[in-house]
Amino acid sequence: MVNGISLGSIYALIALGYTMVYGIIKLINFAHGDVYMIGAYIGFAATTYVNLGFFPALIVSMVSSAALGVIIERVAYKPLRGSTRIAVLITAIGMSLLLEYVMMFFVGAEVRSYPKLLSNTNYHLGNIVINMQQIYIIFTAIALMILLQFIVHKTKTGKAMRAVSIDRDAAQLMGIKIDNTISFTFAIGSAFAGAAGVLVGIYYNSIDPLMGIMPGLKAFIAAVFGGIGNIPGAMIGGVAIGMMETLVSGYGNSMYRDAVVFAFLIIILILKPSGLLGKNIREKV
Amino acid sequence: MKVLSKKNFLKLAALLLLYAVVQILINTRIINPFYEITLALICINIILAVSLNLVTGFTGQFSLGHAGFMSIGAYVGAIINMQMNSTAGFLAGLFAGALAAAMVGIIIGIPTLRLKGDYLAIATLGMAEIIRVVFLNMEITNGAAGLNGIPRFTNWTWLFIFTAAAVILINNFIRSSQGRACISIREDEIAAESMGINTTKHKVMAFAIGAFFAGTAGALYSSYFYFIKPGLFGFLKSIDILVIVVLGGMGSITGSVIAAVLLALLTTFLQSFTEIRMILYAALLVIIMIFRPKGIMGTKEITDMFTFTFGKKDKRIQ
Repeated sequence: MVNGISLGSIYALIALGYTMVYGIIKLINFAHGDVYMIGAYIGFAATTYVNLGFFPALIVSMVSSAALGVIIERVAYKPLRGSTRIAVLITAIGMSLLLEYVMMFFVGAEVRSYPKLLSNTNYHLGNIVINMQQIYIIFTAIALMILLQFIVHKTKTGKAMRAVSIDRDAAQLMGIKIDNTISFTFAIGSAFAGAAGVLVGIYYNSIDPLMGIMPGLKAFIAAVFGGIGNIPGAMIGGVAIGMMETLVSGYGNSMYRDAVVFAFLIIILILKPSGLLGKNIREKV
Repeated sequence: MKVLSKKNFLKLAALLLLYAVVQILINTRIINPFYEITLALICINIILAVSLNLVTGFTGQFSLGHAGFMSIGAYVGAIINMQMNSTAGFLAGLFAGALAAAMVGIIIGIPTLRLKGDYLAIATLGMAEIIRVVFLNMEITNGAAGLNGIPRFTNWTWLFIFTAAAVILINNFIRSSQGRACISIREDEIAAESMGINTTKHKVMAFAIGAFFAGTAGALYSSYFYFIKPGLFGFLKSIDILVIVVLGGMGSITGSVIAAVLLALLTTFLQSFTEIRMILYAALLVIIMIFRPKGIMGTKEITDMFTFTFGKKDKRIQ
């Protein structure tokens, strides 16, 4: 149960990046899962070679992931602003593979073990056992989500983001700088992915260059489940997917864990493609 | 249209010539066993790319699950082939594998093909993952270790026959009224529907035909390489096929063939550097999309460029 929530809050952090980018430029950013992987590696480097603690490492990783996200957006997606969605989607897949194998080339394919940053003490709250790592993960995730809500709803940039996602042309006419807003969205989304990377590194104790694929896809499912483009939806979706996964491995066969999540995705897409909190948009000719 | 027209004779003669030349090269050992593997890869990749092109390039349904169908063909083919160790068993396995893939294609296609664009891509990806996990957990497929010691019946003759058959059949399908309906769905689904085309039926049809040939390719693969495991047919394999289709041009059969040959050669030369190969692949995808989103051939076929040499101007509507 607690496992599910902590895993779920990590998924939720990744899902937020997906959902924000999708909301603003209608693109499934396949490279997002790999930003998360690189975030984990940066956190690893920061703690192992520079000996930073948990919070400094988290911040270093978030800042560099944000920079990476902006670079990806500028290099790969910006030249394709006007082209078809399939073309952008293929570029996103290409970008994701590129990041994976460039990382593999530089750091090697082997799995690395993450340093122990947080103590592993267990606490008992009635019947529930919770350890220090899980507390840190859940609270970091919640803090970041509150920060995000604040940015999106209370700042000027957040307002610009919302405006662009509702109607890009109208926003441009009102004097909003579209490109900057999109880059900013990528920056925030990627920073969250980087944070999730560090948290996963701590949680699972191991990282490798291909670790981004599966959580990336699952976070995307979480975003779809919550209603893509919808920020609270992504949080709920992430926690729900995390719980589901933990329950399937707990009570059933853990080998079927991924299959169950994907089957769930197909079912949602068929029954309620707009997701839990999504808006229904009617198709116009 | 006559079946035995001059044009068809020319095509047949060209095919036989190609077959004979390669066979002679193999017999005289100019193509040594190492390059024979490349040749097999080329043929299998051509089948996969052409069948995915039918779904993605011509019908416009973005599928990321082609490796799933391939794995169905590979496993069914391999299991039957291991029971009946003969050429008849090989052929039976191949067709059973292809049919099984087509059946799964229909079953999955009916619900998922209602989705559009990126959602469909994710749903097909999920489907391929489900197929992989199922194979990973089944008794008969020997789980993650995979099947070993599949008898080898695939040789250049069979490869050539099935590749040629796949290319010709899919090409003919696209030229038929059903195929044109599929192309109209790619161009504008709503317009196609209002012209009275049953879009779901045609999408599922294209999907099933694509799955059928992917299954064939899988069966050929298992019979050529003796050994299959679920890990071979993951997400990356689907991407491999997609790279071929995109590089060749979505909506061009000859483009797919050319790209399949080019990329198989690239793979052979970069065999010992898997990571560099994947970096190149990925960079290629991004660069093509930014600078030449049409791919090598766009939607043109090689015959479009040569029509003038055959005298009469081709009057087909493109």
